[in-house]
Amino acid sequence: MKHLLGVDQLSREEIEAILDRAESFAEVGRRDIKKVPTLRGRTVVSLFYESSTRTSSSFELAAKRLSADLVSVKAAGSSVDKGESLKDTIATLSAYDPAAIVIRHPYAGAAQLVAGWTEAAVVNAGDGKHEHPSQALLDVFTLRRRLDSLEGKRIWIVGDVLHSRVARSNLIAFREMGAEVTVCGPPTLIPRGIEELGCDVAYSLDRLEEADVVYALRMQRERMRESFVPSLREYATHFQIDSRRLGPRQLLMHPGPVNRGVELSAEAIDSPQSLIAEQVAAGLVVRMAILYELLAGSERPAPVEGDDAERQSPTPIGQPA
Amino acid sequence: MRSGEGADVILRGATVLDPVAGIDGFYDVVIRDGRIVELAAPGSADGDGAEVVDAEGLHAFPGFFDPHVHLRTPGQEYKEDIETGTRAAAAGGYCGVLAMANTEPAVSTAADVESLRERARAEASVPVGFLATVTRGMGGEELTEMAELRDAGAVGFSDDGLPIRSARILRRALQYQRLCGGVIALHEEDPGLSGDGAMHEGPVSAALGLAGIPSVSESTTIARDAALAGYEEGRIHVQHLSAVESVDAVRAAKAAGVKISAEATPHHLCLTDEEVRSLDPRRFKMNPPLRAEADRQALIEGLRDGTIECIATDHAPHTTEEKEVPFEQAAMGVTGLETAFAAIHTDLVLPGVLDLSLVIERMAGGAEPFGLERPSLAPASEANVALCDLDAEWTVGEGGYESRSQNSWCAGRKLTGRVLMTIAGGQVAYRLRSFSLGVAA
Repeated sequence: MKHLLGVDQLSREEIEAILDRAESFAEVGRRDIKKVPTLRGRTVVSLFYESSTRTSSSFELAAKRLSADLVSVKAAGSSVDKGESLKDTIATLSAYDPAAIVIRHPYAGAAQLVAGWTEAAVVNAGDGKHEHPSQALLDVFTLRRRLDSLEGKRIWIVGDVLHSRVARSNLIAFREMGAEVTVCGPPTLIPRGIEELGCDVAYSLDRLEEADVVYALRMQRERMRESFVPSLREYATHFQIDSRRLGPRQLLMHPGPVNRGVELSAEAIDSPQSLIAEQVAAGLVVRMAILYELLAGSERPAPVEGDDAERQSPTPIGQPA
Repeated sequence: MRSGEGADVILRGATVLDPVAGIDGFYDVVIRDGRIVELAAPGSADGDGAEVVDAEGLHAFPGFFDPHVHLRTPGQEYKEDIETGTRAAAAGGYCGVLAMANTEPAVSTAADVESLRERARAEASVPVGFLATVTRGMGGEELTEMAELRDAGAVGFSDDGLPIRSARILRRALQYQRLCGGVIALHEEDPGLSGDGAMHEGPVSAALGLAGIPSVSESTTIARDAALAGYEEGRIHVQHLSAVESVDAVRAAKAAGVKISAEATPHHLCLTDEEVRSLDPRRFKMNPPLRAEADRQALIEGLRDGTIECIATDHAPHTTEEKEVPFEQAAMGVTGLETAFAAIHTDLVLPGVLDLSLVIERMAGGAEPFGLERPSLAPASEANVALCDLDAEWTVGEGGYESRSQNSWCAGRKLTGRVLMTIAGGQVAYRLRSFSLGVAA
């Protein structure tokens, strides 16, 4: 695996390899010293053209836990603000010889384009409404921990499927892992032809009880202005996951950040069925695993002498070899 | 077109095919002073100072005519200009093109048309007709001085690039057409339905997370405009049909007696939205978008049954910088003049989907809907000839492009069939560089 551009390019075996690796990092995370030297001397660029809290912070912390040098670029306040093209920005950042570029971009296919312009491994941290593969992997990781296997499990993805890269990547990943997926939401927010990705479509929560897992999507306020839904109140009436609709054996997930009282009720968020906090925790170890899988095995430039000498030195106490 | 000497050429032993003129056989095509004087028995024509081209094994077709190209002059010469655009046309076997008016500024005054015609006389390799906009500056609000524009030489009218949103304005233009003539060519789209769509709405857009342009954005507008044209007895031409519903709408309008003609592009005839999975905007982003297989089949059927009179490229050059960006941000449009015949020959004629003679008829079918003379190989016609080697294989873009831009939808593809020589408006407009000519006998 050279890049992580989308889950549609991953086989079940590749997904499982990343998740197994993430398990081993979860074990490291329980130690006092949580850093491993795997990527020492290598550079990871984090390039975010959209605001993000959990994805950017967890990728950046993941890079640091792997001992990589981190360059973090946000679109606001950078040369991007001054009209530099994506291609020129990548050329500039490539001068640092990064081992990996983690990119979040508001348009589909940006990560794929970047992969054609740089020697670095490219990680898609969200491209438009297209894909968000690391989110899908951490969600599968979270579910696998709770359920052992997704095989035959019924997962409902509920909400604004049309505008959601999370819905797309998770649908693909859940199906690859053997789950049956239903997408559910107002007809205006279910893309025409989505069933050809191998899911069922429902326009109401009437059959929600059949779900083993309910995955709620974020409902953005601007959808109301664009007439996708008449009002958030009406949306909540029909599609909010609350304690009345959520059965005791059903698991609840959400990619965050949550609009309390819109797609989820407060008591559902804090219910014992909620995996939302576990998803956030999984984000770090899964993103460590992604960087590890992409970079640890890959060829690195021939080390200069000093570098070599350093690598032969004994592993510092407290760090796993 | 640049004025030069009328061609004195003999195409010796060519396979001559002009289905409209009823010509299909081996002949020496004798061209004197820019006119076809004789189709002589092969090998019989006397050279007599003319350039003799050994055309044995080659096909001579009536020159193609493209009613829909963007030459980008004035204002966007960094994409294309009259010289490079008509060179691309000549390289594709075209003996005439109609240039759209959505330039910067748009072609909305008689002075604009006059200056473009002047420039074409100095720069163009093939004859160019210019359309003027229907509404001033394509603003959609006020009609242009249509009668004066026609007097200045505008072939017809189009706001191509944008639809005419207001039914009231289009109705006025159709009424005014009774005074000044000139076909009104329509880019059919409902901007409210298209929204910020970047590709065809369907399973592929659902999978890619790209906003979709639904087929009904086009077909509902065609139905509206056909009703207006029928009511006002106006003459309209529907540009770049893309969807099955649109073909149905044009067919229904024709059956109802509306004076309506239509075109389809080679890329809509050869490709579907499956190509967009590559997320390559250089080759696969245009408006209207590539649609589904059923749409492509409907266009082919429309071409067969005459619902669609002509093949038009919608040649739309854009720079690399405008295309080397994520799909949604990229400019809409692909170039097509240099590859139109070869692509259709490769994808539709060789597999037996369309007859060669039908393709030849439709490739030259863009002139008549605009009231212009159809290119013909019949003796006494002005010489307009595309000389092609149907067996030649070539890779698009390998030797560069005649166009200033490189956003060919065929870029990198291997095609079978190549234009070796084009005679346009009685003059030799193009020779493939590697095409060696016979010596005067």
